[in-house]
Amino acid sequence: MNHSRSRRNPTREPDFPTVKPPSPGGSSSGGAGAAMRLIVPLQGVVQGRGGLILGSIIPGALYYFFQLYLKRCRSAKPNSNPPSPSSSSAQLADLSRSSSRSNLSSRGSVGPVRVSARANSIAKPNASPYYIGLEMASEDPYDRFDNPDGIMQLGLSENRLSLDLIETWILENLERSMIGGADGHLNISGIATYQPLDGMMEMKIAVAGFMSQVMGTTVSFDPSRLVLTSGATPAIETLCFCLADQGNAFLVPTPYYPGFDRDMKWRTGVELIPVHCRSSDNFALSVTALDQAFNQARKRGQKVRGILISNPSNPIGNMLNKETLYSLLDFAREKNIHIISDEIFAGSTYGSEEFVSMAEILESEDFDKNRVHIIYGLSKDLSLPGFRVGVIYSFNTSVLAAAKKLARFSSVSAPTQRILISMLSDTRFIQRYIETTRERIKKMYVAFAAGLKQLGIECTKSSAGLYCWADMSGLIRPYNEKGELELWDKLLKIGKINITPGSACHCIEPGWFRCCFTMLAEEDIPVVIKRIQRVVET
Amino acid sequence: MRVIVPLQGVVQGRGGLVLGSVIPCALFYLLQLYFKRHRSEPTPPPQTLTEVSELNRSLSRTHLSPRGSSAPACVSTRANSIVKSSDSPFYVGLKRVSEDPYDELSNPEGVIQLGLAENKLSLDLARDWLAETAKDSILSGGGSSGPLSMAGIANYQASDGLVELKVAVAGFMSQVMERSISFNPSQIVLTAGATPAIEILSFCLADTGNAFLVPTPYYPSFDRDLKWRTGVEIIPVPCRSADNFNLSISALDLAFDQGKKRGLKVRGIVISNPSNPVGNLLNRETIYTLVDFAREKNIHIISNEIFAGSTHGSEEFVSMAEIIDSEDLDRDRVHIVYGLSKDLCLPGFKVGVIYSSNENVLAAAKKLSRFSSISAPTQCLVISMLSDIRFIQKFIQTNRERLQRMYTKFVAGLKQLGIECMRSSGGFYCWADMRGLIRSYSEKGELELWNKLLNIAKINVTPGSSCHCIEPGWFHCCFTTLTEQDISVVMERIRKVSETCKSPR
Repeated sequence: MNHSRSRRNPTREPDFPTVKPPSPGGSSSGGAGAAMRLIVPLQGVVQGRGGLILGSIIPGALYYFFQLYLKRCRSAKPNSNPPSPSSSSAQLADLSRSSSRSNLSSRGSVGPVRVSARANSIAKPNASPYYIGLEMASEDPYDRFDNPDGIMQLGLSENRLSLDLIETWILENLERSMIGGADGHLNISGIATYQPLDGMMEMKIAVAGFMSQVMGTTVSFDPSRLVLTSGATPAIETLCFCLADQGNAFLVPTPYYPGFDRDMKWRTGVELIPVHCRSSDNFALSVTALDQAFNQARKRGQKVRGILISNPSNPIGNMLNKETLYSLLDFAREKNIHIISDEIFAGSTYGSEEFVSMAEILESEDFDKNRVHIIYGLSKDLSLPGFRVGVIYSFNTSVLAAAKKLARFSSVSAPTQRILISMLSDTRFIQRYIETTRERIKKMYVAFAAGLKQLGIECTKSSAGLYCWADMSGLIRPYNEKGELELWDKLLKIGKINITPGSACHCIEPGWFRCCFTMLAEEDIPVVIKRIQRVVET
Repeated sequence: MRVIVPLQGVVQGRGGLVLGSVIPCALFYLLQLYFKRHRSEPTPPPQTLTEVSELNRSLSRTHLSPRGSSAPACVSTRANSIVKSSDSPFYVGLKRVSEDPYDELSNPEGVIQLGLAENKLSLDLARDWLAETAKDSILSGGGSSGPLSMAGIANYQASDGLVELKVAVAGFMSQVMERSISFNPSQIVLTAGATPAIEILSFCLADTGNAFLVPTPYYPSFDRDLKWRTGVEIIPVPCRSADNFNLSISALDLAFDQGKKRGLKVRGIVISNPSNPVGNLLNRETIYTLVDFAREKNIHIISNEIFAGSTHGSEEFVSMAEIIDSEDLDRDRVHIVYGLSKDLCLPGFKVGVIYSSNENVLAAAKKLSRFSSISAPTQCLVISMLSDIRFIQKFIQTNRERLQRMYTKFVAGLKQLGIECMRSSGGFYCWADMRGLIRSYSEKGELELWNKLLNIAKINVTPGSSCHCIEPGWFHCCFTTLTEQDISVVMERIRKVSETCKSPR
């Protein structure tokens, strides 16, 4: 080893002089022959002498060509390193470091090997209270009997109200669904072998059927426009890869789901531009705010490629009405941008208001369908987040083609698809399941909101989702983000309940909190309310 | 009038020095500066051009037509290139087979699949086990007995895999890799297949514009997995038939220097061991020189060991994990990719593994596993399958025997046709030398033969050019999707084509 190193060092050292020449080369080309000449034009400029040609035109032209050269150089290799200034300088820095190190130490041990800059920023510990709370609650989870002093989880929007229904179905049907036909012969090649990466056709048909059942039977979904992914998370990321390039941006109305910051930005290099909604409008989206955010981004030189909305909204729980959807579509057409509509809570409604899918609007009117993409999944409406099934529904053939190819990075496993195909095809079960779940969510919502109201905490009027958006601005001491996080911290550490502060959702007004109530049993509600009360009173 | 004056001065050479030269020169310079600034803000320059033209178009359209319909919404440049990227013969062949698959009884004229590295030799074992235990294993959350735990499969689980599954997979890995090494479950991140495992490592080890050294011939999908979304580049390191396609350090060194000269920052080496498509194993010596090389250049090593248990020769498989076990210095730079698709014959289950000792990589990979997690019912199923030590032992042994038998038969069949294979001892495939059958010794000749095999003989093999092999005439043939009876059919079909190839000579 030492052998090869000592052999290599001498070859590396002469490398430096051979690498360097190009940079002084440009200026020394004139100086090589006549070193005096080089200073003459500069003299002319500095001292104001040297005549017009030597003093102004020649240096002017030289400077201009120099700029031109720099410009060309930069655009010559555009795709090699788009975030050029920062990353290339970082590369240079560690290149020189590692080589100088190996030159110095005779043992030849180089510095620790580095991971990529993007991995470094991803690997950093969680900063958002959303993830900190989730982590703390998972380490010390409340249990009525086993751990009554544990942390109650109100930060995760997971529905556990109807697990009994799913359980009964699985007990009865699991064997049949996996093992297959009536002859009891296991069709192993349907489970074990390679399957289409974007989902089996039977599964797409079943999911499309479930979606129209959930969204009111007026809309029908075309299975060939579906791409299945392992959860809605990769579905969002895949769409983001398909619609925007590095450095482009999406408009996102705030408050928004904290996970978007990871799903939309981490690996894609896309940015999110918050479009603030306010309590005075009931946090409804306004097109003027969108327009303003769009124009500001443009002034900053940012290319906006789309709008990302959640409908029903997460964390507020309100729904976009038809009129808003129309004006959104108009806005998108005017600016020539895309719309991603995250409709993952479409079936988890409990109010009297009716949910309107983007797909329904597109079916009824002659809009440009190519710019609309819908996200769906079975994690919320079928209460099966563990199954990891997400859906991209798009009218755009290019997006579908790209998403199908990208599905190789997030496929759903075949046994899971088999179970779900037969579960979703059992229409009677699904019908009963949807109805029962809605009733149960509603009951929990009413009980939970009433409990909060007793403490003087009002919730925004909502009609969907597994959470409510509670106004605790009266309880925070300084009326700012710091006060909000102090209350959150107290609730988590003293009250032992984990809820999501509005600042984690980029809400512009302090004092709002998202509380998910579907992980609780009905008996837990008084416990939660008591715990909040204890904190509020201190 | 005034506006034209400076231009007049320039064009006609009049107008004095200030008006005729200095002012236009300065104006032009400022204009260029303005353009430059404008261009460097949004990142890739070619895009901005299309954007500009598009914007104009949509605006003028809205002004023109009262209906206000604008230009079609365009997708991102990267999506466009993914859509347009022409499929290599590897993918073309796979598609052909899926449209018209051979079946001994129902479609005897169909295309026979020799292009997909999938093992169907031991499916019967997996089927028997599943038929017996599938239901209980899912319902009991992977434990051998116990009450139904709905919460264990329906609810949100850790996105990087259940701890029980990590323990089970770690046990399986050391069983497969001959017990000499133990794997630490806390250094495992599980993903939905080895494909995302490779992509996540590529994201974690390299930034956009960085590069990996990859010895050729390599698995055709690396071009997708390592490059597509990450923006990372592959520098091929050619291996030659004269060296039995073994990796040489001098070739690596040369490729590294070339990459450096091109201004590419090399962040690592990606190797497959057992190699795909050749099927040979890296010996201990080569592994140590590789690690030395990586240390000297301060780069990473990704070792793709997905075929570790599918060996059929007498040669010993040596895992990179031995390095992690023994050499303190280099732990952080070695990362292993594994999966259950090959050694457990369960590609449909989509279970992939990242094994690393680098804390940063593990932390980032765990967070990135949110984009490709395995569904809980499948995890439970696999936990109880892998925990059934007796079944696994029998499975590995039987599978190796069957693999060996098929390999021997298939290679012997090819030899009768005068086609020699590289000596190999791992994988589901052999690397066949058909240089004698191609008309022009070039990539064109190779693809002509591939085309004939696919369309006349109706067998799908992967041409070496899809694997970036530098020498034409080599083909990758997977024999584990066949039954033993199929071998004679395949040989008969190849013979027909090879005769037409030889006749004109």
